[in-house]
Amino acid sequence: MGKLRDPDCNPLQARAETVLTDYAARAQAASGPRGRKPRRRLSGRNIMIYGTLFVVSVYYLLPLWVMVVTSLKGMPEIRLGNIFAPPVEITFEPWVKAWAEACTGLNCDGLSRGFWNSVRITVPSALVSIFIASVNGYALANWRFRGGEAFFTILIFGAFIPYQVMLYPMVILLREAGLYGSLTGLIVVHTVFGMPIVTLLFRNYFTSLPEELFKAARVDGAGFWGIYFRVMLPMSLPIFTVAMIIQITGIWNDFLFGTVFTRPNLYPMTVQLNNIVNSVQGVKEYNVNMAATLLTGLVPLAIYFASGKLFVRGIAAGAVKG
Amino acid sequence: MQPSIAIRDLTLAFGAVEVLHDLNLEVGQGEFLVLLGSSGCGKSTLLNCIAGLLDITDGQIFIQGKNVTWEEPSRRGIGMVFQSYALYPQMTVEGNLSFGLKNAGLPRAEIAARVARAARILQIEPLLKRKPAALSGGQRQRVAIGRALVRDVDVFLFDEPLSNLDAKLRADLRVEIKQLHQQLENTMIYVTHDQVEAMTLADRIAIMKGGSIMQLGSPKEIYNRPANRYVAEFIGSPTMNMIEGNLDMQITPSFSAEGMSVPLQTYAFGSDAASGPAVFGIRPEHVEAGEGAEAMPVRLDAAVDLVEPLGSDTLVRARAGDRNLWARMPGQPDLRPRQPLRLGFDPARAHLFRLSDDTRL
Ligand SMILES: Nc1ncnc2c1ncn2[C@@H]1O[C@H](COP(=O)(O)OP(=O)(O)OP(=O)(O)O)[C@@H](O)[C@H]1O
Ligand SMILES: [Mg+2]
Repeated sequence: MGKLRDPDCNPLQARAETVLTDYAARAQAASGPRGRKPRRRLSGRNIMIYGTLFVVSVYYLLPLWVMVVTSLKGMPEIRLGNIFAPPVEITFEPWVKAWAEACTGLNCDGLSRGFWNSVRITVPSALVSIFIASVNGYALANWRFRGGEAFFTILIFGAFIPYQVMLYPMVILLREAGLYGSLTGLIVVHTVFGMPIVTLLFRNYFTSLPEELFKAARVDGAGFWGIYFRVMLPMSLPIFTVAMIIQITGIWNDFLFGTVFTRPNLYPMTVQLNNIVNSVQGVKEYNVNMAATLLTGLVPLAIYFASGKLFVRGIAAGAVKG
Repeated sequence: MQPSIAIRDLTLAFGAVEVLHDLNLEVGQGEFLVLLGSSGCGKSTLLNCIAGLLDITDGQIFIQGKNVTWEEPSRRGIGMVFQSYALYPQMTVEGNLSFGLKNAGLPRAEIAARVARAARILQIEPLLKRKPAALSGGQRQRVAIGRALVRDVDVFLFDEPLSNLDAKLRADLRVEIKQLHQQLENTMIYVTHDQVEAMTLADRIAIMKGGSIMQLGSPKEIYNRPANRYVAEFIGSPTMNMIEGNLDMQITPSFSAEGMSVPLQTYAFGSDAASGPAVFGIRPEHVEAGEGAEAMPVRLDAAVDLVEPLGSDTLVRARAGDRNLWARMPGQPDLRPRQPLRLGFDPARAHLFRLSDDTRL
């Protein structure tokens, strides 16, 4: 028997042993670190990060929540005072009223009038200002013309002059041009005031494109507009998206120019909203006010959601570089 | 025969900075001219002036006998290839090739024919429907050359077309460009700072420095008779060995420096050679080391300092007195640092420059 245990004399057992040690070695190797490093979900760091994020989001979302639930309640329910409670009985009455019946001054056709005014102001203002500014930026970046640098400096300087300083001269200018109080006048104002920042945006973007591309297009016989439309525009979707967002939200949210340069029947949505919310007659209809405010904010919100990704790409592509 | 390109008294300044001064240059029909120079010497600027992409400050430019000084780039009869390829990223290869022709208002059939021809010559037919982003560097550069090719012009301008490519591809495309030139026989101006490209491609090389042309000549002339010290040191790798000393033209011409004296009866002097401080230059490939040195008219004792084996041959830095001399030895000699080494050279292959103004003697 003792003989049998001697590994030298028992080839079978010897083999079994080597197999065993092999297996052990492999088991040991397999138990060591290998592949992707595991992440602990519940580390202190993660709790800090997600906790902070959670608190901040609640802080930002709470007012929105209050607005949404209030706009869906009837006045009796609001008077009970639980502003955070969800509506017991959902009613869309306030939304309908805000959109179609709320009174501002003499008109009682709700925010719808202001909405369409705002559309009629924002769409042409944004399109015209972006078109002009993109051509400006392209000319400044690629066609070095005499006085170009000076022009650019003045333009940038213009961006830092407070609007209030220019209000009165602008009123006089528009009056002399016969545009005061008209939609066209307001569109001109928005286009002019949007020019510095949007031009800067486009100039920086076009400067960041390789110069040789422009040279190649010139050798290929494309002219000023040929290069703009056929070479530059197709490469500029991200920056156009950024400009669109900046201009549409900026013009849509404008209050100052809307009050100063238009008449009541042409008031943009923001001015009308203010008139609804701040009207002194009668009872305060909180639900209608909330609905009106949400309606007014819907357009910029929709724009952000629709183009968020392109926006980030555009900002990264050119806006920051200088 | 009228020159293909003639540049007269060209001056270009960016504001107060003059980049090119009074530059004159003529390029013959079908000639391959290489502009060679270190970075910032104004090669691209000169090329852009010829192309009409920069407004010149003074002077005139003629292409095929026509004064094009005020002409638009597209109407000068040139095609240009850029270092960064500069392909239109949103167009297909076909769109890139045909863009210039569409702008010129050519009939559709003609455009298709020219694009097809260029694609065949450059072997990019399978790529025609792709966007530039889906091409490799070499393929992109071929498309860029194709864009110049379809224009059917007499003059091609290349601005460092190969410097973005890796060494192997660069060598391949260099050969292709040379073949293309032999096939098309049009005038080419080619900017580079790679001296191998310059030597292999050029009919004539223009060496530029600080906005002016130091020497214009065939690669052989530039290599064998550099007009000044800058050119001598710029061409050749490793650079020419330079020894400062004195030239004595009395009875028999000779050059002497500390610890050495070189008889110069066999050296081909220029007409204005005179005694005085001078620089003696000899290329490493003309310095014989080891046994070969004994057969040379001038010999000196040195010691191995540094060895760089290249496979086909070996570069040796040898120390003679307090001077370092580079020598290129054939094959793979077995050398160790501090081992004694005999060096020898033939003064007929040397180059002498006046010390004061660096011109050739
Ligand atoms: N737009 C400009 N404004 C001012 N100076 C310029 C401008 N463009 C070029 N320069 C200057 O002109 C000189 C020549 O430039 P250029 O681009 O022709 O050099 P290069 O020989 O092509 O160099 P590289 O081999 O690096 O391409 C440089 O010193 C450069 O600083
Ligand atoms: Mg250059």
